[in-house]
Formats: sequence, C-alpha cells, structure tokens
Amino acid sequence: MRMKIQTVLVSVDSSSALRGARQFKKHIEENVKKYQLSDMVEVLETGSLGVYKDGVIVAVYPEEVFYEINSTDDAEQLVTEHFLKGRIVKDLMIDKSVIKHEKKETGKLDREERIVLKNVGVIDPGAIEEYIARDGYMALAKVLKEMKPENVIDVVKKSNIRGRGGAGFPTGMKWEFTAKADNPEKYVICNADEGEPGTFKDRLIMEGDPHSVVEAMTIAAYAVGANKGYIYIRGEYYGSIDNIRKAIKDAYEIGLLGEDIMGSGFSFDLSVRLGAGAYICGEETALIESIEGRPGRPRLKPPYPPVEGLYGKPTVVNNVETFSNIPWIINNGPEAFKALGTEGSSGTKVFTLVGNIINRGLVEVPMGTSIFDLIYKYGGGIPNGKKLKIVQTGGTAGTFMNTKKLEIGLDYDSAKEGASLGSGVILCMDEDSCAVDCAKTVMEFFAHESCGKCTPCREGTRVSVKLLDKISKGQGREEEVEQLLMIADVMEQTSFCGLGQSAAIPLRTIVQSFRDEFSDHVQKKPCNACTFVEPKKKKRSKR
Amino acid sequence: MSTGESNVICAEHEKLYKTLDAFIEEVKDKPGVLIEVLHKAQEMFGYLPTEVQSHVAERLNLPESQVYGVVTFYNFFTMKPRGKHQIKICLGTACYVKGAEKVLDRFKEELKVDMEEITEDGNFSLHGVRCLGACSMAPVVLIGEKDFYGKVTANEIPKILKKYRG
Repeated sequence: MRMKIQTVLVSVDSSSALRGARQFKKHIEENVKKYQLSDMVEVLETGSLGVYKDGVIVAVYPEEVFYEINSTDDAEQLVTEHFLKGRIVKDLMIDKSVIKHEKKETGKLDREERIVLKNVGVIDPGAIEEYIARDGYMALAKVLKEMKPENVIDVVKKSNIRGRGGAGFPTGMKWEFTAKADNPEKYVICNADEGEPGTFKDRLIMEGDPHSVVEAMTIAAYAVGANKGYIYIRGEYYGSIDNIRKAIKDAYEIGLLGEDIMGSGFSFDLSVRLGAGAYICGEETALIESIEGRPGRPRLKPPYPPVEGLYGKPTVVNNVETFSNIPWIINNGPEAFKALGTEGSSGTKVFTLVGNIINRGLVEVPMGTSIFDLIYKYGGGIPNGKKLKIVQTGGTAGTFMNTKKLEIGLDYDSAKEGASLGSGVILCMDEDSCAVDCAKTVMEFFAHESCGKCTPCREGTRVSVKLLDKISKGQGREEEVEQLLMIADVMEQTSFCGLGQSAAIPLRTIVQSFRDEFSDHVQKKPCNACTFVEPKKKKRSKR
Repeated sequence: MSTGESNVICAEHEKLYKTLDAFIEEVKDKPGVLIEVLHKAQEMFGYLPTEVQSHVAERLNLPESQVYGVVTFYNFFTMKPRGKHQIKICLGTACYVKGAEKVLDRFKEELKVDMEEITEDGNFSLHGVRCLGACSMAPVVLIGEKDFYGKVTANEIPKILKKYRG
C-alpha cells in the first residue's frame, strides 16, 4: 500500500456503490483538499471489506479504524475531526472485530491469519503495483526461476489443499494427473461461475484481489504444462468481470502474462469467458461444454477433465478460492498451510454468513471451526431476540439441521456427522421460518436449474416440488412425506451428475430434521411460521 | 405501421447487423465463440428473435438448431423483447428468508404484470434471477445491469420505480 501519512480506503463494490460509496469518496477527497490535507491523506478505493452495514464502510490506516458513512455530512465530519484534529469520531466508528479477527484468547496466534482475503479491502484492486507491493507475483517469480514443474506440484500436494468449490478433491492430485497426461496442448480453467445461492466469496475475491487469481492460474499452468487458460465468470458478476479484465490487461502490459514470462521461456495466455445464467455450468464438464459454445450439459465421467477436458485436451479446473490460496502456499511453504485447520482439511475457509444473523458477511477462519462459533462468535447471533430454528450449511445443495448439533466443526469430513462444508455458506433461519416452505423453495430452485438430461434429476426435483406444495397447503398425506425421502435416495444414487445427486441432500436432511413439522402440516395443525399458508383460510376454502 | 416508419426500422436493423458482422469477423476464428457472439447480439438487439439467430448461424457456419439450442438453454438469453428497465428479483435462499416473495408480489401489483412479462408501455419487465451473490444485502433487486438495491422492503418499491419513470 502506498502510504502518505494517513490512508483512507473506501469500500466500493456493487452494493455499496449504490449506497453512494463513490459520491462519499469524492466528498472526502474534496474536503481533504479544502482543508489542505492533500499531502497528508490519501483517499483510495478498495473492494468490499466483507461486512455489510447500512452505510458505506471506510477504513483509515495506520490507525486501523473503521467507520460507517451514511451521508456527505458524515464524510465531512470524518475529515474535519479525524484528519484535521486527529480525534477519532466515535459516533461513526464500527467494531473492527467484525472485519479483522483479532488474535486473542485462543493462544493459537497464527490460527486466524487471512490467506485468501489478505488483500481484500486492503489494496486498490485496480492497481497491480499495490498487489506487487504486498508480495504479489513473488510466488510466480519463485516458481519460474527456482522450481521445476514437478516441484510445484509436490508443494501443492504436500500442503494437502483440497478444492474449495464444494467437492473437495485434492488439488495437487488434479494437477499431477494433468501434468502426467501426454499431450502438448493443455488448459487451465478457473471456475468463477459462482451461483450457489448464499455464496459470494468468489465475487469478493475477484472484486477485491483479482491478481491473486491471475497469478495462481499462471503458476498452475506452469506446473501442468499448459499455455492457455480461461476464467469462466458469471455474466451477472459485472464488478468481477471488470476487475479481472483490468488485472489481465495490466499483467500483460508488464510481461506477467503472454510470451516468455519474466524471461523464463514459459508463455501463458489468459482470457475471460462469460457465463450466461445456468447453475449447472458450475459442474466442471458442463462448464467446459459452455466454453466450447454449447449448452452446458454435463459429460459422462470418466474420462475426467485432467485426462480429457476442454477440446478433448487435459485440463485443470479449479475454483477461485482454491486458486487464491496457491501463491500463499508457495511463499510460506506447505507446512505452514498444513498447520492451519484440521487433520484431513488444511488451511482456512471463507464462510459466508447469511439469513437471519446479525453480522451478515464473510469471515475467513481455519477449517474445523464449529457452526456454533460461526453463528454466535463471528456472526453475532440471531437478530431481534429471536431463536435460531433452521441452519443450512454448505450452500443450497448442503445439509439442513436443527439446532441440536451446532458443535460440529466444519471441514471436508463433517458431512458424515451431518453438516457439509460445501462452498462455505451458513444460512440461518429463525423461529418464524417454516421448514416445509423452506424445503419447497430449495427444491423449486433445483427443479428450475436441472438441465433435463437425466430422468431422476429432472423428474425427482419436479415431483418433490409438487409434493411439497401439497404438504405446505395442508393437502398432503403422511406417505407422501415418506415418498420425499424415497425420491431423495433415488436421485442421489442414479442421477447423472452432481446436481441431481446433491439436490437429494437438502431434501433428505430437512425432512429428517423437521419430521414433526412435516407431520403437523399433513395433519393440518396450524403453523405460525408459514409465510404463504394460513391454515384457517385453507380449511374454509376446502369445505 | 407506415412504410416510412418500417424503412427507418429496417435501416436501423441493417446498421445493427453490420456492426454484429464486424464483431463476428473479428472473433470467428476463435473456437467456441457462439456464446460470446450471442452475448453481443443480445446487447445490441435487446433480445434474440429467430431472424437474429438465423443470421448468427449463417455467419458462424453453424446449424440453426445449435444456435437455438444454446439460446433456449441459458437463462440469460431471451427470445422475447424485454423492458427498457429489466427488474431482476433474486430468488436465492437467503433472499427468500428475508422476504423476497413480498417484494416480488408488490412489483407485480405496481406494474400489473406477471413474472417474465413486459409492461404495456415497454418501460419495465419483471424477471426472477438466480442468487446474485449479495446475500448479506438480502432481499436484493437488480435493475438493468448495475443498479443494485439491497434490503428492499415492499413499501420502498413505488419510490424505486419512480426513478425509472421518465
């Protein structure tokens, strides 16, 4: 970060921009000028700071004070009080513990280090020199100058990092398979088709630290012997698309992409491909089909992409978060990475806390952090004094649970205990939420996104929506609740790809965790949590 | 429509086709370029009627069925004209928990249209979209490409719509 005496970082992302972030930034700049502080104070734009309040979040360094700005008056007050008079404006200040995890009480000092989000909200994502100043592209230089491709793969394997997109396949093995495939033409793809409802970690990484993805993809390409890469970004992620495109352009300009990178003789071309709104394209072979210009329907596996991927050539496909861990691993070594997290799951994980929770936003914590800590320690608990009722972990395709097992630590193995890690979503619903209704919303999503290729998924999702609709209106029967569980089993065992297989998980777990509530709906007992159904009215209309 | 008017439209379309052809010429040698071309075409025409699809198929030397297959597969592409301002309501789980349904109902009521429909004056159309990745701001509404509204309540909707009514 370039430092004058003080630096103000204004968090500008798609949502804060609408709340006037750019206007406030301009206002701060004008006031800095007005009070002749231009030599002392630098005003910069940064990505999201990972926390959302009603106003725009502004960080002041080196004091590390965070403010919430709601009006131009607030912006002016910030300048006149903090910069001119050196007094912290207590009224506008927010608790920084929601943004930075202070190293406290645990005694395990290095356990709360940010790896993936280390630059997000700290640097100007549009300035390559700021990324470089924070050790950016150092890992790439090290790899190109000092390491052989097989050493790189070795380091990644030793770090034990597994895919952060949900499936959790060991990244090092994926790279090794691709490297070993005998073919002069290979590809590296970054899966940035983030569409799992409740997940927005990849968006914040791409908006706040786009170069980390570019650097990591170049490292991956060197390791596996690829010369061409694609970043497949959702068409709706306008901010990510802009920032990634700018990052690629800047990297080309100073020779960090293109021919003969850093004089190493290694060449790598990288371009952006836009998704067109299909959840299924997050499945790697569907994504490959889409890059080839066809409808994104998944392919039969095996062969897996490391053997036969894009245009039939060996291909590495990794998630944005997986990639952005790589430079850190190269710089700090695999042992440091393994020191974080749990036995089978190394490193940190970015979790998004959404739904009825006080601190909505994202946190990066070591693998194995308990659901309870995520909700109550980092998330601040449930708002309005309500009680927590339903939790879904892992995303829409993740597991539902009631509040009995919150002590489970989330990692790749926790799915066995009933809580999947998935893409790191923690969705909380309070006592006013109806389980049947919620199940219906989730299955409607899958019914809509099912690509229609295989019968179990296409029909299974459709029929379960129909049944859930009946049950939610008090017209269901007990055996239809059982039927839902059967559909879940069939979908899981016989669907063609991950979409149908994983759609079974939320369906089964919500029915099992809230079996009584489903029965209550069948027996037409009033449900005071239903949003759409008022049992009394229904009864009248029926008779 | 008088002939004069239709001539104007034709001339306009011809211009659009020319720009599109220039774009296709630039990219057509790259593999897998169809989706990129369709993105461009929709950006220019606003939607992808069969005439535009046939044109793209011919220029890229692809069967029309393949172009149609891609257009109908992806949510982003549409064969129906959309409103000048497209109102996209996030239907993700987090927005559902925070009351997206009520917001949607109010939009339907205010605009007197159903989902995927366009208002009589062509000013608005209403769409449901997949999770927009702004779950901490739920419920979320996106108008056009970049106007994000977070923590939307049903009562704010008339005020929001007013901004887009000329």
